[in-house]
Formats: sequence, C-alpha cells, structure tokens
Amino acid sequence: MNDAGGPLQVDGEVFSVKRVGDYVHMTLVAAGIAERWRPGNFVALSVGGDTSAALLRRAFSIYRARPSGIYGGTVEIVFAAVGPGTSWLAERRPHDRLNVVGPLGRPFALPKEPVACVLVGGGYGSAPLFGLAERLRERHCGVHMVLGAATESRLFGALEAKRSAQSVTVTTVDGSVGIPGLVTDPLPALIARSSVEVVYACGPMPMLAAVTAVANEHGAWSQTAVEESMACGIGVCMTCVLPVTGDDGVTRMVRSCVDGPVFAGDKVRWDAVGTVPAGTYGAAATGGPV
Amino acid sequence: MSTAGARRENGAAVAPDEVDLTTVLADARLTNPVMTASGCAAAGQELHQFFDVAELGAVVTKSIMRDPRAGRPTPRMVETPSGMLNSIGLQGPGIDSFLARDLPWLLRHDARPIVSIAGSTLGEYAELARRVGNTPGVAAVEVNISCPNVENRGLVFACDPQQAARVLSVVRRDTPRGVPVFAKLSPDVTSIVDIATAVVEAGADGVVLVNTLLGLHIDLETLRPELAGVTGGLSGPAVRPVAVRAVWQVAKALPTVPVIGVGGIRTGRDALEFMLAGASAVQVGTAIFNDPSAPLRVLRELRVELAARGFGKAVEAVGYSHRLPPDPRREV
Repeated sequence: MNDAGGPLQVDGEVFSVKRVGDYVHMTLVAAGIAERWRPGNFVALSVGGDTSAALLRRAFSIYRARPSGIYGGTVEIVFAAVGPGTSWLAERRPHDRLNVVGPLGRPFALPKEPVACVLVGGGYGSAPLFGLAERLRERHCGVHMVLGAATESRLFGALEAKRSAQSVTVTTVDGSVGIPGLVTDPLPALIARSSVEVVYACGPMPMLAAVTAVANEHGAWSQTAVEESMACGIGVCMTCVLPVTGDDGVTRMVRSCVDGPVFAGDKVRWDAVGTVPAGTYGAAATGGPV
Repeated sequence: MSTAGARRENGAAVAPDEVDLTTVLADARLTNPVMTASGCAAAGQELHQFFDVAELGAVVTKSIMRDPRAGRPTPRMVETPSGMLNSIGLQGPGIDSFLARDLPWLLRHDARPIVSIAGSTLGEYAELARRVGNTPGVAAVEVNISCPNVENRGLVFACDPQQAARVLSVVRRDTPRGVPVFAKLSPDVTSIVDIATAVVEAGADGVVLVNTLLGLHIDLETLRPELAGVTGGLSGPAVRPVAVRAVWQVAKALPTVPVIGVGGIRTGRDALEFMLAGASAVQVGTAIFNDPSAPLRVLRELRVELAARGFGKAVEAVGYSHRLPPDPRREV
C-alpha cells in the first residue's frame, strides 16, 4: 500500500485560523504530510463534518508545511471564503477536527542548473510560491517574484516576498498598490533584465495562459499550477481534466489532480480549456453514436 | 437465494469479528459484500494508496469501452445537496490498454475485479464480453447499459426492456460460463421490475441497482446549465432512498435473482439497509470522493452493524425485511 511516499489520509486538527486581507490563512496539524510535501502539492479537505451534505473535497495548494515539532507536523493553506464549503472552513476554530488528504499532485519541477527564475502569483495563488522560492534558493537559483491582484487586500505575501526573493514586483488592477495593471505587464522587462530562464506561475487560468505566452515569447520555460474544479483530488473522478499535449505531440484530456496541478505551460492548450479540441486522443470516439 | 436466517433471539449480539461476511452472487463467491461502484474508483490503483483493495469483496472498474475515449468537455461536475451531478462521458483508455495494464495490476494485487463494460453497439458489447470474460481472474462482468452520459440520451439501452434484453443476451452468449454477468440498470424508468425481468430472461445472472439519475443544474450567474454536457447523472446520499426502493421492488418480484445495491452508500448502516431490502452485495461510489477510505470503512462498519443485530452471517441479512411478518399496527 502506501509506503512509496504517496498521499496520506490524516485525521487532522485546526491549529489556527487567521484573516489575511481578504483571505484566510489556516494552519492544520496533520502528521506525515510535511515530510512528503514538495512545493506545488496540494491537500484536499472534507468540509461540513461527517454527515455533511457537501460531499466533495476542497483542494488547496500547500503554502507551508513543517515536519513534526511540538505540535506534530503542520500544513498551512490560504484561501478565499467564497462558497459554503470555504466559508465553513473559515469558521473553524483551533482543535476542530478536519480530515486531510495529501500531499497530492505533481509539484513544480526544479531546474538542474542555478538559473534565474521568476515566480508569478495571482491573488492567493502566490501561496505555494514561497516554499518553491526556498527550494530554488537552496539550488542557488536567482529568485524574482511578481505578485498581482485586483486590489491590495487580495494580494497575498507581498511582505514575505521581500524575504524570499531578490526582487519583488507588485501589480494591482486598481492601482491601490504597486504598478497599476496585470502581472504580465512588468514580466517581459523582468525576464529580459534578469536573464530569466524559468517562469513559475500560480493563479487564475487566464493569468496562467498570459504568463505562458510571455514566457514562450522570451524563450523561457514555464511551470504553471492550474486551478480546475475537482471532486476527489486523488485521480478517480475524472472531473478536473484539461487538454494537455504530451511529449509525443498528442493532446489528451488529463487530470489536473494527478497529472498536474503543475504543467509545463507550453503543453497546456489554454485556448481550448473547457473543450475537447479536435484531434484529442479518444475524441473521435466521443462524437459517434453511443 | 439464501434461506431465511433468523435474527438471534434476545438480541444476543455476535462479536463483529465472528460475522461471516461471505456472499454469493450467482457463480461468484466473494469474501465480503462490499465493492467499489463503477466510475468512482478508476481501476483501483489510486485507492490502493489509502487501503488494500484486496480487502474488498470486489473492485468494480470504471466502464471500459472498446476504443479510447476523451469524454466530455468541462465543467463535468456540480456539487448538489448530499450528492453531485457528473457528466464525464465515459473517458477511458479503451479495452486494449485496460487489458494490458489495469486488469493485470488488479490481479497482481489480489483484488477480485468485476469489469464494467459499455458499448455503443451490440457488436461492441459482444467484443468486450469476449475479451474481458476470457481473461482469467475476472470475477464477473458488469454491463453498463444505463450510463446517461451518452450522445443520444434517448437511446439509453436500460430504458427499454427489449433493447436492454438484446444487450444482455449477446453479453451472456459471449461471456464464458462460470463468469457471472450483471446488468446495471437505470432508475429513470417507469418499471424497474420490468427491465430487471427482461434482462434476467435474456441471461443476466443478476442486476446492479441503480445507476445515476439524470439531473440538471442551472448556474444563476450565467443563467445557463452549468455542466458542459447540460444534463448529468445524480449520485450520492441524495439518491439512496430511490436506490433502496429499486432494490426492494426487484428483490420482491424476483426473489431468486442476485441484486447488488448501489446509490448513496456512505456508512455501514446504509449498506445494511440495502441488504435488508434484498441486496446480496453493495457498492460504494460517490462517498469515495468524500472519503477515499470509504469502501473499507463501510465494510468495517457493516460488520459491526450486522453483529449488533445478531446476524452471524451477512447472507442472513439479505432480504431480511421482506421476510418479517406484517407489522400488525399497520394496514397493508
């Protein structure tokens, strides 16, 4: 069974819940997950208790994870309380029980050489980038961060970014802080100026598509953590699929939970997300009478 | 059908560990009555990270089709009260890949595979039955004639007794003797008993009740149906009473036909309810999305629930509620 370092299912406990701007920062005591975590992994939490009418797990990128200390291993997540499930989570208090499955998904791939990297986060999508920054620094990579949001209260980690990165650029759509506009506005100059070879990004899908386009134009690799709605998070339900082109040039509908959530940006068929584009593996069979 | 087992007098509880969970479904003898539901466990590998799939009575695979299939566009899923709608469209690798990789994995891990097959035509069903049925180690074939996520929703085989019977007739004909064939039926019919009768007469060794119910959800932001496929299959605890009703009706009408119950099972109590209504085995589906350990947990809880009611053998609980004398306080 699970001795190969795969995900665990842990009866966890809420350690703390804090408001951070428009978001919620939750720390969970969940033994064993930190030891297996790599940046880009996520956890799937059940919501509403054992008899909940909301059956589907909510998936959250891991912000930080610390192996066993005084309180046992902890996992931290950052989320927006937007629906009934996340609102319920936001109302949890220390010592409440939460069932945690993780770490799940493929993490960010790390460069073998000490190259310059830029980490782009949209909203709370910046959360997994801090652990990534640490791993990159350990490899002597240059780390730059671009954090963007609609408005200041929806930025996450702008202060922490200053400790994590050589340079931090902030953008807000309403101009409440930083450069008015989108994360992709300062990105081309930054890539050129710092000879960036890898662009990492986490945030809304349109942002990921735009960041990938900028990276492609500048000949940089891109690693994007996608956000697709999931039911199980562990690879069995087939709801979180998106069209991704493999090394063999064939597009397949792949599961973002186990084949992602991190994909090479240039492999994702961004313009076709939400469709099964013509030529997709198995698409012919879908069109026929059944 | 098992003989009527008397519930032990005076509530003399059996120790949970002593309960004999063995169940028999036509020619298939299973160590216990708990399985995964098709489409909720892929082909077992993912769940094996959370529990040993060999501990289940059987692993029912996601429906296998002849050809690789991309499925439907997204969104494919909507959460609904105590359930969900899905519109996956039978995405899968096709039979070649399944037989080359997935089935050997299940056998290597000592699981008892029940292979769900789905075809577009009678010929495809026949081909799948031959290829799956002739693979050693397959515990049974489950025939999905009721997936609502097909291109022509008006032609779900399971909604028409004659169409359903034709499929089961070719599958039974082309599956080796000794490998039971079960028909998975849709609850979206006027008379589930008529459909069950038709497939059994056509050769089905048992029925699996029920597949998802066809449903629809409109997004109040876009004012459009949320699923890309417009309609989807409703599953989860929300459908459980419908499934229990279907099991009850079929078990009553066809008492010698093995019934496998599925629909909204989340706990051992739920599983017991299906067995009392007439199910010889049960499948855990959507609950897996909530709790990846659900099938094994349900098995553990079922053992306790059976023991607490004095059932020393799981088969004694099968159809038990049908055998009780009428409640004198109620008009029948």
